[in-house]
Amino acid sequence: MLDNQSQVARDAVLKFRPQINARRHVNRLCLAADVPLVESGTTGFLGQVTVHVKAKTECYECQPKPAPKTYPVCTITSTPSKFVHCIVWAKDLLFSKLFGDKNQENDLNVRSGDASSSSERSEDVFVRKLDEDIDQYGRRVYDHVFGYNIEMALSNEETWRNRNRPRPIYIRDVLSAALTQQNGNTENTKTEVDALSVSAMVSLGLKNPQEVWSLVENSRIFLEALKLFFSKREQEVGNLSFDKDDQLAVEFVTAAANIRASSFGIPLHSLFEAKGIAGNIVHAVATTNAIIAGLIVIEAIKVLCNETSNYRMTYCLEHPSRKMLLMPVEPFEPNKNCYVCSETPLLLEINTHRSKLRDIVEKIVKARLGMSLPLVMHGAALLYEVGDDLDEAMVANYSANLDKVLSELPSSVTGGTVLTVEDLQQELSCNINIKHREEFDEEKEPDGMILSGWSQALTTENHKTSPAGNGTSTSSQAVPVEAVVDDELEMLTGGTETLPLGKKRKISDNLNASSISEEMSKRKAEERELDSHVVVLEESMDQGNGKKKRLQ
Amino acid sequence: MKGEELTEQETALYDRQIRVWGVDAQRRLSKSHILVSGLRGTAIEFCKNIVLAGVGSVALNDDRPVTEEALSANFLIPSDGETLVGKTVAEVCSESLKDFNPMVRVSVEKGDISSYGADFFGKFDVVVVCCYSLAAKRMVNEKCRKLSKHVAFYTVDCRDSCGEIFVDLQDYAYTKKKFDETTECQLHYPSFEEAISVPWSSLPKRLSKLYFAMRVIERFEDVENRRYGETSSVDLASVLKLRTELCQANSANESQVPDSLLGRLIAGPSEFPPVCAVIGGILGQEVIKAISGKGDPVKNFFFFDAADGKGVIEDISSNA
Repeated sequence: MLDNQSQVARDAVLKFRPQINARRHVNRLCLAADVPLVESGTTGFLGQVTVHVKAKTECYECQPKPAPKTYPVCTITSTPSKFVHCIVWAKDLLFSKLFGDKNQENDLNVRSGDASSSSERSEDVFVRKLDEDIDQYGRRVYDHVFGYNIEMALSNEETWRNRNRPRPIYIRDVLSAALTQQNGNTENTKTEVDALSVSAMVSLGLKNPQEVWSLVENSRIFLEALKLFFSKREQEVGNLSFDKDDQLAVEFVTAAANIRASSFGIPLHSLFEAKGIAGNIVHAVATTNAIIAGLIVIEAIKVLCNETSNYRMTYCLEHPSRKMLLMPVEPFEPNKNCYVCSETPLLLEINTHRSKLRDIVEKIVKARLGMSLPLVMHGAALLYEVGDDLDEAMVANYSANLDKVLSELPSSVTGGTVLTVEDLQQELSCNINIKHREEFDEEKEPDGMILSGWSQALTTENHKTSPAGNGTSTSSQAVPVEAVVDDELEMLTGGTETLPLGKKRKISDNLNASSISEEMSKRKAEERELDSHVVVLEESMDQGNGKKKRLQ
Repeated sequence: MKGEELTEQETALYDRQIRVWGVDAQRRLSKSHILVSGLRGTAIEFCKNIVLAGVGSVALNDDRPVTEEALSANFLIPSDGETLVGKTVAEVCSESLKDFNPMVRVSVEKGDISSYGADFFGKFDVVVVCCYSLAAKRMVNEKCRKLSKHVAFYTVDCRDSCGEIFVDLQDYAYTKKKFDETTECQLHYPSFEEAISVPWSSLPKRLSKLYFAMRVIERFEDVENRRYGETSSVDLASVLKLRTELCQANSANESQVPDSLLGRLIAGPSEFPPVCAVIGGILGQEVIKAISGKGDPVKNFFFFDAADGKGVIEDISSNA
């Protein structure tokens, strides 16, 4: 079978792209052009290869993909309970505030600025005054964010009724005057040429990125990194954004997150760990990538030979399941509720008197549906579109529409309206049924809208069988599995996002394969939880440049 | 562990994988010495994997001259044949392998290592023999076992689109992590000879048929004095006869070793590169586990068949 160098029946697309949006885009293009897609990903020792063929198997988007993790704003700004909250605060709020675009919205002072007169003051605090000494400036910022802001937050007794009260930290309590002056002897170090090699760790003689720094060390790194930004990289201040490969930025964020963690009684972390969290660094090893690459080729050959019945999706596991480390299962049939490969409408619950068209375009059409050049229609009326060939009047009209509340659009959008959204480039079109809803839970539904539909059957079932509703229940009616034999097994449950959740899959058994009849014991949350969805070969190949070159 | 810290360069280069297996494991890897003999496609994939993982050193052994056949699944041999005249496969591969990771020492060991004394193997922490004859597998395994030092021993075979890995870690202790709990585990491995001597009738019915098929062909090459992979479809009748004999001797049913599977496996010496990638990847993973002492190692056979896509672990030992 596999030696068959038969004529190529059709092309196939082999994919190992990093971004979920890129993956979704390719999925749509493959569906539009009816080109089979071999999709794959790895995380640590886990990996998977799947085959997607239009109308024969499920498409890449038939199973809803978990949305990227987001945190409620107030958790980040006032009540962090995990180290990751401190990282998000340090990276997205403090770092952007100090070194990023000043015009960008920033929630850094949202809570602390509650007191009437303080808003003016807190705005000033982050701006370095004319001729202000850098050390002086750094200590002022330090005291403001780790001292004053915490005091302000503490004044709101309600917040701390059921929480541990944070401890304000002031620089004078951490570093003695003598130390502060010693801090930063950059003048003595050799002049750095490459901006990205400027390092507070080097200045302070800290070498091991695996080591967890003390509060004193973190405070010194904080001041030193801030000082280095303003002295060695001054031109960049004002338009920097966090980059995990920017050593000084990582140092600053690590130190700031750790100082904040100290305040809130959260365990401190090393720079190495902080970098992983801040940069969403994918865990990757060459061995898993090699295995998955081999499996991709095996599947691709089947696709090219048109051996439809032999297509398999294969999981590479860390712990054996039914004695297997490589587990092939038969591909699913297309999900009839999939908005991408079928024509089922979606349902959007939204407050049509408050939400604007912009909310739908940004949060639903672009972020959730993954369209890049969308067009929104209500019946025959075009509400919004993007493109190069639009005249000025139209552009003005569309941008005016964006800021209109739904019910006040020229063609009013209310409960019962059906919107059509299209992306001509992706050749994807789908309908959204609008349902008006007055109230949303600010914590749980921060977008102020709920999109459902393409996973509806699955979620309903989940609620019945698993009250926890964590998407790990046993059965699903979303996809009929034909001839469910006793060989079926429940795929790894419990948060392993590389694997589809809560689905029964038929294990493959063909040719001379030994049939397997032992009971598949239900796997509990044995696999360690993964933070990211299926991940990249590309990303993890970065040590393997030699191989890439050679294989190309 | 002072003075044994990873260098900054190592921490930076191995950043992604340290996030998978931790600094301790990386440190142990960087001190390990590995011998790989028989540089077929699977072994080459394996070498690439452990060199990227950052082991201390890799010694290569394969005195065959570079030929067309060696080229088929060996991506370490450059295709510009001119410069290769008079060089062995190991010499050529060691040159290319160095490019993958300059921090790993790559060297060449010449000669028939199965005839070397046990001391020779004591220089290594891991010994991998690829596509070895039955007799040579036994010899090298016994020599590794004679040493007071624990040398991890692996055989790896690739025939047609099937692969087999055998693992002997002797008495092996490791830690495993589940639900944030770390537990100490102990495993006792049989030698290769002990494993293949387990009567077939005492093995579980569902055992991978590849195990039996591999044993039949291995035995066939042994009694016929063939080199590894030196078989073709012409041999099928004799192989089937041997299968019958072995099944009778083991009071096993012949259906355990299907004709079609044997027919596929004797088709010839050519390797199927994607299968090499899969087997070499699993073997790399196993060796990394054994060196780092982290994670459940395979005990004691692993089989992969591209035809059904399954990668199965089988425990074949008398006390299993």
